[in-house]
Amino acid sequence: MNDSTIYREIYPVEAGNFTSAGEVSQGIKRTLKKLGVDSFVVRHVSVAAYEVELNLVIHSEGGTIELIIDEDCLRLNVQDVGPGIPDVALAMKEGYSTASDDVRNMGFGAGMGLPNMKRNATNFRIQSEVGVGTRIEMEFLL
Amino acid sequence: MSYQHHSVTLDKGKCVGCTNCLKRCPTEAIRVHGGKAHILDEHCIDCGECIRVCQHHAKVAVTDPLATIGRFPYKIALPAPALYGQFKQLMEINAVARALKSMGFDEVFDVARGADVVSLAVQERLKDPSCPKPLISSSCPAVLRLIQSRFPELIDNVVNVRSPMEVAAAEARMSFAKRNGVDPKDVGCFFITPCAAKMSAIRYPIGHGKSAVDGAISIMEVYGLISSNLRIPPPLPERGEFAATSFGIGWARVGGEATAAEVDDALGVDGIDNVIRVLEEIENNRLRDLVFFEGLACIGGCVGGPLAFENGFIAKSRIHELLKRLPEDKPADVVSASEMEALKGHLYFDKSIEPISGMSLDPDLHVAIKKMEQIEEICDRLPGLDCGSCGSPSCRALAEDIVMGFASENDCLFVLKDRLKEMAKQMVVLSESNRI
Repeated sequence: MNDSTIYREIYPVEAGNFTSAGEVSQGIKRTLKKLGVDSFVVRHVSVAAYEVELNLVIHSEGGTIELIIDEDCLRLNVQDVGPGIPDVALAMKEGYSTASDDVRNMGFGAGMGLPNMKRNATNFRIQSEVGVGTRIEMEFLL
Repeated sequence: MSYQHHSVTLDKGKCVGCTNCLKRCPTEAIRVHGGKAHILDEHCIDCGECIRVCQHHAKVAVTDPLATIGRFPYKIALPAPALYGQFKQLMEINAVARALKSMGFDEVFDVARGADVVSLAVQERLKDPSCPKPLISSSCPAVLRLIQSRFPELIDNVVNVRSPMEVAAAEARMSFAKRNGVDPKDVGCFFITPCAAKMSAIRYPIGHGKSAVDGAISIMEVYGLISSNLRIPPPLPERGEFAATSFGIGWARVGGEATAAEVDDALGVDGIDNVIRVLEEIENNRLRDLVFFEGLACIGGCVGGPLAFENGFIAKSRIHELLKRLPEDKPADVVSASEMEALKGHLYFDKSIEPISGMSLDPDLHVAIKKMEQIEEICDRLPGLDCGSCGSPSCRALAEDIVMGFASENDCLFVLKDRLKEMAKQMVVLSESNRI
């Protein structure tokens, strides 16, 4: 919680549902454009939100993406219930992926998700506990 | 940018205030008020979808009547490549040139030749290591407007090359004036267009200053005249020095530009809704390996333009057949380096493409957030049927219109009905009450 928070919205993400995959990040993108957030920031947030949403759909058992706008920065706080990541450092490597063949055949699972999030966010934090879930916090300066 | 000229306008007398265009507009740029449709300037991209769906022909594209060519002592016709798909049994494309000349044009210069030149300029751009990926085609004016208003973060990906129409007009005028020793100002260049958006692109060019084109004449207007001239047996004029290649003419349909520019990892997408969906994917960085994106607002590409006479699919297949009969020359085989050099000043953008902030609720973030919260609250009270009866395209759009001060909650028939029901109940209570 932060005193300077001026906007907050929580979006649930359903695991395994490829029909609605991408809708949350699209909603976030639309909201930011409506709010007149600078298009450079919108692009970075959109990419990171999309990657994290797809990660939740593919790897988790469901979770939430929280969009928070503060006076000087924008944050995406992501919490999932799921298997967790045993080796976070390895998962952060470009090209490393545990996605199934089915998912890869759909054009996902290239092992670029987490690296892409890190590249697009100003600050990136990840915490994961095996058997419990993963929490990702991303900050984007406004 | 407060006022935008649009070539798509409303014929008020014919509009019955139905919801057909309202519901089909891809950018939610139409509202129905007082029984008539209104086009919101800052949202409209001139794609022409409303022209197609209006059963009452109340949506029209403003173009120039053929008679306007009389303003110039010398007149050049610039046929769009799509024109060649309009006619049954068109064996020689020169036959179209002869027909255009019979209407009063002194010369005919193929826009497809401009497309040959642009294809080479796009090839050059792609060779530059600093070229953004994917490079986005600048040829469809409706897609350019869409990017300005809805995908401003992709503006830097748009190729900095003018449209084939512009390049063709510049080259046609220069060459005509030089050969005939006349003042270039006395040469009028008129685009023969299947496209609703080109008129706006001529009056308010995106990416460069004054257009080299003096007017646009709808294919619909000249179709009959050309058709009857085609029945006259040869002789036909020579194709001349500036004959277009089959690749230039191939720009008439989707994928033509990417083929002409010889890009391998290219994606051609037609139909404005499809273009929006793929631009969303590009925005999400999902198409990382894509080198070139060609988005065309009309189904099939320019052959599907709302001002074309022939069904777009038929026209597309005719273009396909026509291309097989043309020489195999590529753009690089016919356009010389000196020709490219001479056109330099007319080929590239010299102004930046500005974003249009049509989407933002307020320039102040705090105010915008407040409005967003109000919109959510109102949305929860609306039925969510998106019926359009209120005059806004969806319940969310109505909520936005209310917050922006353009509509009231009573415009929703369902809200109004509930309120009347409540009022009726109170009237019953009132009528049964004994006390005054």
